[in-house]
Amino acid sequence: MGTLPLTNGKVTAFSAGLVSCHSCHLVCRPVNDDIDRRPLCPRCGASLYQRKPASLARTWALVIAAMIFYIPANMLPVMQTISMGKVQSDTILSGVIYFVLTGSWHIALIIFVASILVPLAKLLVLVYLLLSVQFRSIKHPKDRTRLYHMMEAVGRWSMVDIFAVTVMVGLVRMDAMASVDAGPAGFYFAAVVVLTMLAANCFDPRLIWDAVEEYK
Amino acid sequence: MLYRNRPDKLDRPLSLVVTGLILWFISNYYPFLTLVIEGRSQETVLFTGIVRLYGQGQLSLAVLVLLTGMVFPLLQLVGLVYVLLPLRCGAVPPYMAQVYRWVRYLQPWSMMEILMLGILVSLVKLAGMAEVVPGPSLFAFMALIFVIPAATVAIDTNGIWERSPLQMEK
Repeated sequence: MGTLPLTNGKVTAFSAGLVSCHSCHLVCRPVNDDIDRRPLCPRCGASLYQRKPASLARTWALVIAAMIFYIPANMLPVMQTISMGKVQSDTILSGVIYFVLTGSWHIALIIFVASILVPLAKLLVLVYLLLSVQFRSIKHPKDRTRLYHMMEAVGRWSMVDIFAVTVMVGLVRMDAMASVDAGPAGFYFAAVVVLTMLAANCFDPRLIWDAVEEYK
Repeated sequence: MLYRNRPDKLDRPLSLVVTGLILWFISNYYPFLTLVIEGRSQETVLFTGIVRLYGQGQLSLAVLVLLTGMVFPLLQLVGLVYVLLPLRCGAVPPYMAQVYRWVRYLQPWSMMEILMLGILVSLVKLAGMAEVVPGPSLFAFMALIFVIPAATVAIDTNGIWERSPLQMEK
């Protein structure tokens, strides 16, 4: 592991070879006598690392995969309602429009924000953070860190659409009269949510500060 | 050795977690919504929806909903009981730090509150078309939205880490 030079007389944990366990925050100085085994935290057993391993590579891979899945997720129908022989296919967007037209604009807003805005925003924010780190930007590190944490916290709420479809599928099953089928978009949309969650998990926000540290 | 957590300080998180467990069983056993169309009624539990998804060929979706909506929340609650109950009785359970570590890993993947919102959305969508009757476990779900975060906040994480023995290698 590379060490940064002491800066302004201040020692960083990174340069001192100290590691804070990402799980229980115990601070250790890992001894690497066995190269094959990654050091484990003596308290909670989590693997110890100064920065998340392969953070940029893994995050990029997951973000790109999520972007690819984002297209069918929004273009294919997420739910198909069959009532009295009539088939009605709904994409996520058409579902939002339906709620607006029937007067429940509050629900329309929730779905729009959670299922259309949030996934898109997550992708954009992740790409922005990745690029800012790779271009060694030193601008607004605090804001970028806050942006990261907000995005990470909000991401899982996109799953609301998947759960709504599951509930509808489970509830509307009077075969002749009315039934609901999950559409193909369900898989792709769930994939986008899961992949962006994993991507946010893989990104190490401390990388934002490494560039700032180098600059000083 | 000095303990910062007195056993009675563990009462709140422990009682909240046990409440959460009870609510989990209620919400998965009793139906949360009943649909009435032209005299015929249909009620549902989350598991029914999951099984139907599987029947429609959506295996990965069914598994995902099963894990995030049912399994992970349960594992979290059980894990917390495993950690908190012995501590309340004055003992440290084996592998406490590891179990607690996994409980925390599961946190973002345990989505019962999001499921609750999904139920609400379906409720509104269906209410426009047919008669929808709230089922007994709808209230269990609503209670869970408050109980789970309250339990999470009430737990003294640092106290748990501090009580875990350090296992030095060699």
